[in-house]
Amino acid sequence: MPPRGPLRFTLNGQPAEVPSEDARILLDLLREDLGLTGTKRGCDLGTCGCCTVLLDGRPTLSCLTLARLCEGRDVRTIEGVTPAQGLSPVQQAFVDHGATQCGFCTPGFVVTATALLRDRPHPSRDEIVRAISGNLCRCTGYLKIVEAIEAAAHGRS
Amino acid sequence: MASTPPPTRLLGGRIPYIEGPLKVTGRAEYTDDIQRPGMLVGRLLRSPWPHARLRSIDTAAAAATPGVFAVLTGDEYPIPFGVLPITHDETALAVGKSRYIGDLVAAVAATDERTAELALGRIRVDAEPLPEYSDPRMGVGRVAEPIHARGLNGSNIQKEVVQHFGDVDAAFARAAASTRVRGTFAGVTHAFTEPMATIAEATPDGRLTVWSATQVPHYLHRSLSEVLGLPMHRIRVIKPEVGGGFGGKSDPLPHEIVCAALAIKTGRPVKILFDREDVFLTNHGRHPTQNEVRIALDRDGHILAYDIEALIDGGAWSSFGTVTTYYNGVLAMGPYRVPNFRYKGRRVYTTKPPSGAMRAHGGTNIRYSVEVALDQLAEATGVDPFELRARNALPANSTTVNEFRITSTSFVKCLEAARAASGWTEKFRRLPYGRGVGLGCGFYISGSNSPIHFTPVMPQSTVHLKVDMDGGIAVHSMQADIGQGSNTLLAAIVAEVLGVDLARVHVQRVDSDVSPIDLGSYSSRVTFMMGNAARAAAEELRAKIVAGAAELLGCRPDELSVAHERIERTAAPAEGVAFDDALHKAMERVGALTASGAYQTRPVGGSFKGARAGTAPAYSFAAYVAELSVDVETGEIHVAKIWAAFDCGRPLNRLAVEGQIEGSIHMGLGQVLGETMSYRGARLFNPSLLEYKIPMPQQMPEVEILLVGDDDPEGPFGAKEAGEGPLIATLPAIGNALYDAIGVRFYELPITPDRVLRGIDQRRAEGRPFKGA
Repeated sequence: MPPRGPLRFTLNGQPAEVPSEDARILLDLLREDLGLTGTKRGCDLGTCGCCTVLLDGRPTLSCLTLARLCEGRDVRTIEGVTPAQGLSPVQQAFVDHGATQCGFCTPGFVVTATALLRDRPHPSRDEIVRAISGNLCRCTGYLKIVEAIEAAAHGRS
Repeated sequence: MASTPPPTRLLGGRIPYIEGPLKVTGRAEYTDDIQRPGMLVGRLLRSPWPHARLRSIDTAAAAATPGVFAVLTGDEYPIPFGVLPITHDETALAVGKSRYIGDLVAAVAATDERTAELALGRIRVDAEPLPEYSDPRMGVGRVAEPIHARGLNGSNIQKEVVQHFGDVDAAFARAAASTRVRGTFAGVTHAFTEPMATIAEATPDGRLTVWSATQVPHYLHRSLSEVLGLPMHRIRVIKPEVGGGFGGKSDPLPHEIVCAALAIKTGRPVKILFDREDVFLTNHGRHPTQNEVRIALDRDGHILAYDIEALIDGGAWSSFGTVTTYYNGVLAMGPYRVPNFRYKGRRVYTTKPPSGAMRAHGGTNIRYSVEVALDQLAEATGVDPFELRARNALPANSTTVNEFRITSTSFVKCLEAARAASGWTEKFRRLPYGRGVGLGCGFYISGSNSPIHFTPVMPQSTVHLKVDMDGGIAVHSMQADIGQGSNTLLAAIVAEVLGVDLARVHVQRVDSDVSPIDLGSYSSRVTFMMGNAARAAAEELRAKIVAGAAELLGCRPDELSVAHERIERTAAPAEGVAFDDALHKAMERVGALTASGAYQTRPVGGSFKGARAGTAPAYSFAAYVAELSVDVETGEIHVAKIWAAFDCGRPLNRLAVEGQIEGSIHMGLGQVLGETMSYRGARLFNPSLLEYKIPMPQQMPEVEILLVGDDDPEGPFGAKEAGEGPLIATLPAIGNALYDAIGVRFYELPITPDRVLRGIDQRRAEGRPFKGA
């Protein structure tokens, strides 16, 4: 198959144009080729949610996504949901409520929670739990994560 | 000398983790986030055989592959190592034999992943299969081909412990009641989210730098030195952020040494990154165990004796196994007074991934059996489960029959708090069929009193401080924050003692070139040991700064107290100087101020063989109540709530203590409800997080935490551990609540829905209705 041209997509709000093989996985493209290491590699099998990014606004497992499928689409990583200065309300709530421990799953949770609160500014506890059920955390028992998302939704920190 | 302010300003409150802002933005740097120029990819060839003699390994074709820089086999670094100095039975790569499916046989360093994989496929191993030993029972007698030459008397027994205190047979002979529990426990694993990763770089100045996801940088440092034959001072170990460990990153691991060896061989930086299957095959999780517990009571409900046996499936290596073998006996005693105690424990090598230390190491499986046995005895003798335990509580400032020194205990307060908060009296045996409450208790070491390496006699923790003109306080220590918040606690203790804002305190990344030795994150030692060292260091620094203030104020240092960012006269607080002014005065002529603090345990315990195992400078205590319901049609268990009464002494960071308890409950819940290292023979069948299921958010119960501990006399500001002990009580609380719900005892973990249904059916078939059902 002849090599295609560079991959064009929107990355964290900026147009991006990068060479990419057809078989390149989005997670590898982000971490290895573009140095966006905030997105974490936990399993490579779509089981842990550490690699979650937003693809056209939807939480998506970048380890199961071919980079080519992002052609012309909008990709937002943890770096792209972080303000230039300070923290987003969700991020601040995660800090204040001790929702991080080892922190390795945290970017995935923050990305997922950011999308949830954009779509459902005042989610119920059940909706929060459902939204994060694709993300595994081994440190916190999820309780402080749910608490933090609730607090962010209600403007508490 | 100025006095330490009471721990009310920072300590005892809720202190958000200092690296939180880096973690929520993805800016925290883990090992795999580090890139080095010209870095090669290291890949490992794993054994496909459970047990095999390696006749020859032909690496010529692999080495000739374009892009391959080095191929490594075990013969190049044959020096054995292991976490315990008395059981060095691992090698960097297999030498002569491979011992489990997944054992490391060879390694390759290449320009990229694909080339490395291609080269691995070109390595030819001529192997002769040897007998598979997938069950410890196959290895207790003489075997055809011992897995290790050091097995006891030609068997696969790695360690046998026999202990007897008092007279157990006589105690059972005069017992008013006794019971027996035979427990079976599947292996479980840590399932931290960050796969292991190591980078090594050998530089032309003769030095080797190793970045690794490790809980114990010091043991890694030692092992690298021993196996590579380099003096420790030529090796530099750096610990980046670590994405969880729970014991799984506490052994020095073979791939870390292989990575360093590849870096030396190639002269290039090399990274080895594990995939999830690698993580599962490396395991070192909780041992599959069979145990038997017999407990005798006298007429008044006092425990007369324990009689315990444990058969522990070790897997292919010793790891921490000698400790495990002792712990399965000795950690069964507290929180109770047990005047007669007998234990026989055997840990047996099998041709499976090694088991090792996992959160609440050695204290979890045996605790389940003990607490279920006590529940049976409470029922048999018509005593409330709380009452039975309260009657037998170890008193403060006492000594156990095996000579453990008990200082602080708030166990009875834990019982009282859990009972009151859970509404126990209204619920126990009174909820409708299918719903129940259960009590489980726990006890755990707050650090191991004896360091693994006995000579030279060194402190278990040392903390260094440096402060210069800028007024920022740099803190160095080899304590390893793996997410539990020890960096935050370290900073908070320093800030508390000096009276300064937390923002002034900068905890430096662990780097063996500059960090003084601390034995790292395992055995629930960090708060107690590092905390005491940090306090001592900060008090030394404070004395220097207070001397500067005294000079400025024209008074004696003992007339001064530390206040917030200020030092003032105790008798006239309006007279004082700012912290920076006192600091700058103190720096005149000497420049930057430095201080050092250390903590070393005092000798405790008996002098018999094995007496040190389980001795600790303090112990934590727990009493948990679980409330749950069982779907009697599907066998599904829904744990609704856990009341967790815990004695960690004084909680220094409530946010972190709660986090440890909630995370522990999650992990304990997983082991009860479903987590299983599932084997077919010696082959691990579920090496992924899809098939090895840790609990999801939907499965977490509500948790009510009751921190009731009194100050410990030797803990820093009165604190004890809260990292591992909180797991233990979870399992029996759920097991005993299941009995209260459906009248069925479960002696095998995990308690999966099929086992629940079988238990219900069996009880019905026996014609023994429970709560009218």
